[in-house]
Amino acid sequence: MEDGKTIKEIEEEVVGEFSLFDSWDDKYEYIIDLGKKLAPLADEYKKDENRVRGCQSTVWLIADEKEGNIFFKAESDAVIVKGLISLLIRVLSGHKTDEIINAKLEFIQRIGMTTHLAQTRSNGLLAMVKQMKNYALAYKLKNSTTV
Amino acid sequence: MRDAMIRNGFDVYAIREQFPVLDREVKGRRLVYLDNAATSQKPQSVIDALINYYSGYNANIHRGIHTLAEEATADFEKARDAVQLFVNAQTREQIIFTRGTTESINLVAYSWGRQKINAGDEIIISGMEHHSNIVPWQILCEEKKAKLKVVPVSNEGELLMDELEKLLTSRTKLVSIAHVSNALGTVNPVKQIIDKAHQAGAVVLVDGAQSTVHLDIDVQEMGCDFFAFSAHKLYGPTGVGILYGKKHLLESMPVFQGGGEMIKEVTFEKTTYNDLPYKFEAGTPNIADTIALRAAIDFMNKVGKEKAREHEHELLYYATEQLQRVPGLKIIGRAKEKTSLISFVVDNTHPQDIGILLDNQGIAVRTGHHCAQPLMRRFGIPGTVRASFAVYNTKEEIDELLAGLQKAVKMLV
Repeated sequence: MEDGKTIKEIEEEVVGEFSLFDSWDDKYEYIIDLGKKLAPLADEYKKDENRVRGCQSTVWLIADEKEGNIFFKAESDAVIVKGLISLLIRVLSGHKTDEIINAKLEFIQRIGMTTHLAQTRSNGLLAMVKQMKNYALAYKLKNSTTV
Repeated sequence: MRDAMIRNGFDVYAIREQFPVLDREVKGRRLVYLDNAATSQKPQSVIDALINYYSGYNANIHRGIHTLAEEATADFEKARDAVQLFVNAQTREQIIFTRGTTESINLVAYSWGRQKINAGDEIIISGMEHHSNIVPWQILCEEKKAKLKVVPVSNEGELLMDELEKLLTSRTKLVSIAHVSNALGTVNPVKQIIDKAHQAGAVVLVDGAQSTVHLDIDVQEMGCDFFAFSAHKLYGPTGVGILYGKKHLLESMPVFQGGGEMIKEVTFEKTTYNDLPYKFEAGTPNIADTIALRAAIDFMNKVGKEKAREHEHELLYYATEQLQRVPGLKIIGRAKEKTSLISFVVDNTHPQDIGILLDNQGIAVRTGHHCAQPLMRRFGIPGTVRASFAVYNTKEEIDELLAGLQKAVKMLV
């Protein structure tokens, strides 16, 4: 999480950084680098219930709540997906449930990564976004029933 | 290099010109299409056949008395004749049109399988089957309390034939096997398998989805009881499949789907069914695509399967040799007999990452488990990268694949 910034503001930041790349390989090298640097998820979390079903790569995603903010951790066996995860976590992690649920995530399209959201069974990015929003929704419902 | 690909009346560049899609750009580069085992591209003659049908004589077939219906019916049935010749079936009635290989296999599972398979019976498949030749039999076995047995695969990606013999028993009712593996390219010894299965009294279905475009198919010589394949993998349109069956089997089989076309007479008390092949073709068939399939068969006959095969083998050998230059690349499937397909993994990379980076260079390959998850598990990998070559591919394209791969691996490792 980047302190005090809204999801929209972080999205703008990411878009700004990506606008510096003028070729596809620079862009992907950056994403691959992000992927390699993503903190690994402890093995105890790499179990079926945390798996996001994509067709090819495996993604594990967990969420935690602290004082109304949702924090995500995730990992994948494919490095480009890991880089995209890293971006999603940077944008979404640490925010309030409603902000996550309502996030439009236009940055994905603006940095030219829409193909990774396509329904081609090729990777789990779309499923991952849905799962992150589902976690936020689940925490929101949990909080509203316990209050 | 260019000259090397033009000889004996075979000119790959002239063939390429017949495929309009090969001219398009992807991500600013000219498309290199190496996903032919998933579906092949279509020549102009096939596209024209579709356009001509819809713009010239679109009509529902078999019952109309008007001119358009007669023309459409004639062309539809000519396609059946073309397929009969193409696979050398005894009669045209033994060619059933379906939606694809998957539906052809399901037709046999639902019709023949439900009639013939009983509790305790056994069905044998192999460890390299596509899901479409696994799941229909699993469903049938579960329903009938029958047993599904699997012929294991060697490290080279070949069937362990000794194991097949051990699996065959007097309870074996069916052996259903891929002619060519979609994930490895292995050509299975179907004739030998059929002989052994027949000796044990079992019926054999051959899944020809991957073989029909490459190999000469003679169902009589092969001796299979059923043969299933799809038009779209042989330069034809999507949405058309073929089921060939031995006549006595098809005749004794109960109908698959009910509806129009497949009936002789319907009263509310009883319906009598139409003869072969129509009893298995309920409803309005895929007229346009079936008609265009004939154009695809004409295309292949004109090129000549033997010349095509020679060209594709040259590509296979060239690619096999060239790809070794990629550090850490390991070819999965090294069968002695293979069609023009290379499946591989690269150390410390995920197939999906390689696929994404190749796509960014305009190169289309398939990555993943190729709908053969049990086979991937057998090799202990999540999937492979698969480059599959067709009659229109060139050595220059393999050079581009190599360069693209080297770049991808450099970026990833």
